Amino acid sequence: MTLPLLLARWQFALTTIFHFFFVPVTIGLSVVVATMQTLAYRRKDEQWMRLSRFFGRLFLINLAVGVVTGIVLEFQFGMNWSSYSVFVGNIFGAPLAIEGLLAFFLESTFVGLWVFGRDRLSPRLHLATIWVTSVGTVLSAFFILAANSWMQHPVGYKVEHNKAVLTDFWAVLGNSTLWASFIHTVTAALVTAGALVLGIALWHVRRGEHRAAFVRAAAFAAAFTLVSVLVTSVAGDLQSRLMESQQPMKMAAAEALYNTTDGASFSILTIGNLNGSPVFQIRVPHVLSMIADLSWNGQVQGVNQVQAAEVAKYGKGSYVPVLWVTYWSFRLMVGAGIVLILLSGWGVVLARRKRLDASAWFGRAALAGIALPFLANTSGWIFTEMGRQPWLVYGLMRTVQGVSSTSTADVLTTLIGFVALYSVLGVIDAVLMFRAARRDLDDEAGETIVAPGLVY
Amino acid sequence: MEPFANLNTAWFALIGVLWAGYLFLEGFDFGVAVVTPFLVRDELDRRLCLNAVGPTWDGNEVWLLVAGGATFAAFPLWYARLFSGFYLALFLILLALIARGVSFEFRDKDPRPAWRSTWDWANFLGSLVPAIVWGVAFTDLVHGLPLGPDGRYTGGLLGLLHPIALLGGVTSLVVFASHGATFLSLKTTGELSERAERAARLLAPVAMAAAAGTFAWVAAAGRPAVPGALPGAVPLVFALVALLALAAHVLLLGRGRQGFAFLATGLAILATMAAVFARMFPAVLASSSVESHTLTIGEASAGHLTLVVMTVVAGIFTPLVLAYQGWTYWVFRARLVRPPVGPADVLRESGGATPTSPAAGPFERPR
Repeated sequence: MTLPLLLARWQFALTTIFHFFFVPVTIGLSVVVATMQTLAYRRKDEQWMRLSRFFGRLFLINLAVGVVTGIVLEFQFGMNWSSYSVFVGNIFGAPLAIEGLLAFFLESTFVGLWVFGRDRLSPRLHLATIWVTSVGTVLSAFFILAANSWMQHPVGYKVEHNKAVLTDFWAVLGNSTLWASFIHTVTAALVTAGALVLGIALWHVRRGEHRAAFVRAAAFAAAFTLVSVLVTSVAGDLQSRLMESQQPMKMAAAEALYNTTDGASFSILTIGNLNGSPVFQIRVPHVLSMIADLSWNGQVQGVNQVQAAEVAKYGKGSYVPVLWVTYWSFRLMVGAGIVLILLSGWGVVLARRKRLDASAWFGRAALAGIALPFLANTSGWIFTEMGRQPWLVYGLMRTVQGVSSTSTADVLTTLIGFVALYSVLGVIDAVLMFRAARRDLDDEAGETIVAPGLVY
Repeated sequence: MEPFANLNTAWFALIGVLWAGYLFLEGFDFGVAVVTPFLVRDELDRRLCLNAVGPTWDGNEVWLLVAGGATFAAFPLWYARLFSGFYLALFLILLALIARGVSFEFRDKDPRPAWRSTWDWANFLGSLVPAIVWGVAFTDLVHGLPLGPDGRYTGGLLGLLHPIALLGGVTSLVVFASHGATFLSLKTTGELSERAERAARLLAPVAMAAAAGTFAWVAAAGRPAVPGALPGAVPLVFALVALLALAAHVLLLGRGRQGFAFLATGLAILATMAAVFARMFPAVLASSSVESHTLTIGEASAGHLTLVVMTVVAGIFTPLVLAYQGWTYWVFRARLVRPPVGPADVLRESGGATPTSPAAGPFERPR
């Protein structure tokens, strides 16, 4: 791998991972805040209104960083992956443009109305603005996932004059990979917001501030998180089966399964090397076959067999991803998900028994649990992108073929620039979120101050 | 002409419209930020300047994303060559947009002057840099750049800083500043509005002179002929419209007609972009070196089905977007007022309760 390619890959990975720290919070919190404001409006409930504004302040801090880090990504395809852009532009460009036209306009316009229009719009209309903002964020996820899913599982195209040309737009939008990952990603975003609200609300409960309000928020968050993480898991399970048929190497890489096996067991963890003779391993029989094929003795393809098949189909070379990355990222994601199910389940039980404010241990666990969805989101994306390697577009273009011919100096400049800027931004964001989360429920410090207006 | 060729041309024009719309809207956002440090006397003034663009700047910025996305979808080769060729210039713009974007949200999070000052600088520089660089970039595009085979530009950042492009950058900066100052005079009242109007009146003739200079230089420099190019009169007429609009801007400001003056700078920006795209046609990247390296619409265009899909989607959703963005401007049509006495806290909206009544707050008659 050449240095410019390596640098370009690191830059894309880092900028995307950083962006995706903020995106799930944006999507998830928009739903949470909108729901809280709806409860406030419908029930004329003061507490829910204050809660919606409290979490709304967190939403806005997070949104600012999410938006700006997103612009970088749209530009980066052209800047660093120009050969890729030329090859896939006919198909990949459209969802991106549509994301802007449908989703970004909606989200940006209506969030402005929500922030500044509180006193200019009727309560009903003001409520609508946050819901429309939320719809915008979800639409955005749909279209960018349409683009990414096409990279994982190209459909509705033909290759002509060295370019992928669109032959069926509905196929691109109807891609099974898209629908599974859309549900999985959006519900994961809901989990992220739910865990955030749960941890923060219970922190306030333990401090004894506005207990009634924050207990209600925590109870809501526990249920919200539990339902969401269960759906995320089901959608993820669906994706596993699609993966087995659409990208068998990725499935094999998830498990570091070297040889095709019927009735394959699932290894929970491995110490030592992954090549078949580890120092220590915990395995659960048949579970991998259940994941990949929904059958007890189903066949799961192995790395060696898929490698041979792909050599036969595509020519010489290695089609094997970096196995320790795929193996561990997959486990981190699933592991975090399982802990979240247990955590939110525990919360729902406590809420039912009206004992959410009694268990200090649960409160501490919930606070620590805020990190879990971020771990899952990041490792999930690392898994799916690294698991597709060496392919950039599966079966059509390798990553090495897609990079721009920018100089090493230029890419190094931008890589260092983004890392430096994002590090600073990340720290500032964390500090601001931390402060906002710790404020009193009614402390509006830092909220956007709106000057009164005179209408002619 | 085949219908297909017409669709390519239509999308070329549409992308021109998107970039023009972006610069019309963010032009005054950048302009407001650039003139604000010179117009504000205290924190209250600063608040008003931020609120003038607060509700709408983010929606305005999306025009950039749609322009870029549409370029990607309709002309993948143009998008690829343009964005990789202008690599460091775009990087500068990205850094600026990031700093500016978060500054709006982060500024008020801490009352300390050092904190607020830092974000005010971020807002200022984050607007100044794109205001210049977009002018540089579009002047380079219309003037032509030395291209390698297949439309690749490899001259780096320095190669983009030809004196003519630098003049173009100064022009865009001054035009946006004037556009923004005029907008500010419309959105505020009292002394701040007067100061903004005075600033606009100062900048307007400079904008006109800079634009005239850039247009004249670009016209004089000429460029290699591209088969199918529009007659030179077409971009020339648009350029003249832009100059007349800037002249009208000067006159209208002199008469205190702020609203029409704002429309005048707006028209100037739109007409300039029309001139740029008319002069580029049918090239998307004009080569100033070897003529055959010029990249044309036909070569860069996406396939037919992609363009059809994009046309249908655009046809349905663009009117919708224009409608609700327009509505936003209507919702926030009020001029912002400074309360006559009291600290900044007086400006805080009534908090907590469900807002069923309009904001309490003193209203001041405009002068």
